[in-house]
Amino acid sequence: MLRWYILRRVLLLVPTLLLVSFFIFSIVRLLPGDIVSIMIAEQGYADDEKEMRQRLGLDKPLVVQYAAYLKNVLKGDFGISLWSGKPVLEELTRRMPTTLRLAILALFWTILMGVPVGVISALYQDRWSDYIMRSAAIGGLSIPGFWIATLLLVFGAIWFKWVPPMDYVPFTMNPFKSISQLLVPSFILSIALSASIMRMTRTMMLEVMKEDYIRTARAKGLAGGVVVVRHALKNALIPVLSIMGIQIAFLIGGTVIMESIFVLPGMGKYLLDAITWRDYPAIQGINLFICTGVIIINLIVDLLYGLFDPRIRYR
Amino acid sequence: MKDISPDKPLSTLSFLENTEAPPKRHHWFLDLFIQLLKTKPLGAFGGFLVLATVMLAIFAPVIAPFDPNKIHGVNIVSPPSSTFYFGTDALARDVFSRIAYGARVSMTVGLGAVGLSVLLSTIIGILSGYFGGLFDTIVQRFVDAIMSFPWLVIMLTLMAILGPGMVNVILALALAGFAGASRVVRSAVLVIKESDYVMAARSVGCRDVTILLQHILPNVAAPIIVLATLGLGNAILAEASLSFLGFGVPPPAPSWGRMLSGDGINYMLRGPWLAIFPGLAISAGVFGFNMLGDALRDLLDPKLTGGIRLRK
Repeated sequence: MLRWYILRRVLLLVPTLLLVSFFIFSIVRLLPGDIVSIMIAEQGYADDEKEMRQRLGLDKPLVVQYAAYLKNVLKGDFGISLWSGKPVLEELTRRMPTTLRLAILALFWTILMGVPVGVISALYQDRWSDYIMRSAAIGGLSIPGFWIATLLLVFGAIWFKWVPPMDYVPFTMNPFKSISQLLVPSFILSIALSASIMRMTRTMMLEVMKEDYIRTARAKGLAGGVVVVRHALKNALIPVLSIMGIQIAFLIGGTVIMESIFVLPGMGKYLLDAITWRDYPAIQGINLFICTGVIIINLIVDLLYGLFDPRIRYR
Repeated sequence: MKDISPDKPLSTLSFLENTEAPPKRHHWFLDLFIQLLKTKPLGAFGGFLVLATVMLAIFAPVIAPFDPNKIHGVNIVSPPSSTFYFGTDALARDVFSRIAYGARVSMTVGLGAVGLSVLLSTIIGILSGYFGGLFDTIVQRFVDAIMSFPWLVIMLTLMAILGPGMVNVILALALAGFAGASRVVRSAVLVIKESDYVMAARSVGCRDVTILLQHILPNVAAPIIVLATLGLGNAILAEASLSFLGFGVPPPAPSWGRMLSGDGINYMLRGPWLAIFPGLAISAGVFGFNMLGDALRDLLDPKLTGGIRLRK
């Protein structure tokens, strides 16, 4: 039943989140060498070792630290950024909308490009167009997005004397200009994504087209297009939905690169900056935030999958 | 076999006399190779690209005309010519030689990362899949947790913790990738576990270790080969991405990714070739591995998992 499925999936959330937070917590503390002396020597974040340790709470035993960390997180305190002195959560919420907009735009392009190409490729299986589209898909997966972006910048400047708009305009000030800034990076992001969506769609369409109900629909006399869209596509897209969730994680990785190239103040750029400045509380907080987001999105995708495909509720 | 009939006693084993010798069997590897060339020309092309990259990496000292770090006077950012096939970069180093040695860096990092990843994921996948139960559930929760980290985020964080260096890049790549691979291995193990010969082996009292080594391991070889090939492609891409962002293999080692972000972007107006060739190298390498891995997957997997053959 749907209720049990939802309950099971939500309950599964808790141990996963706990494990993730534990991983993040312990990763930052696995630093070879003493984090305190490194930070004092490199960045001078505090006056002496003792104050540094106190600030980071490193003077207490590990378990106590983890418990305190969890308690803080649940209260909404992801730590204080060493670089800016402000709470990490505040910085994250400021930058999240940009990354979110970039990701959603990229998803939009992906569905626009990937699904139709996958369907066409399946319908014309093993003809020339299929081979071309499949090679293009593997090309899309192989050609690094940052190279395409670099080529775009280089040859746009040389041939067309054009640079994509790089001075950041907040969404609230001018929605159109803000989105226009995101068009190019989101499109580049969507290339790799739509490549794998296209392949998945093609695979699922091929599988579904062999099913008996498609044969029945054809035998009933339904037009080809109706059969494809109303019967085949609807069923083929359900597993595609499930891998969308996995692709979200891939997407976040891509946004880091795009934000770096196109100088967009999003979460990805924040992570890069935090790493450059050795801002460990920020690194910790960003990781936790992003991973929690990914887990929740995966949960939503799984629930949607359960909604659309009744078979999975009984597994 | 006309001699086999109910009335004739079997003591006359004459029906065995006319059997031909079985056809000469090739090694399975050769069989696979021939099938690859015949049925999947794209995969063969990918294999050729892979071979080219590997040869470039191995024979870099022979192929490259100059030392990759040698500074050639003041010829900075000069266009491709007969001496410098791909031009020179901002420090007057030969780009062609740097690309050639960059193949070494990419292949070393790739092989190291994939080797480690395959080792970890095979162990975890086999143990988790074979022994099942609570152990499996707990391990899968760990795997789920690791997989919820976006790939670049976990690699960057690991690089931040471990610090720069080629070994650290290898470690970061392997740790980021082994979780997903272990899931594939595990599902293959789950399928084999239910097969008849494993059941038969169990029923004669084979020990778990024996079953693991003699039955499970050879049969997960196929998906592991596919994983390794595709993983190499991803590793090259990941190393290039890390280097592009500045967190990869440190200078002066020539890394395709860093060549792109360093001189490629900074000198884009004066020297566009600096942006073309490193990216071309990355794309060609990754493309080759992906094509090959894809073709291998089509050839190997359906036979193993008994899944639906989607082609013909």
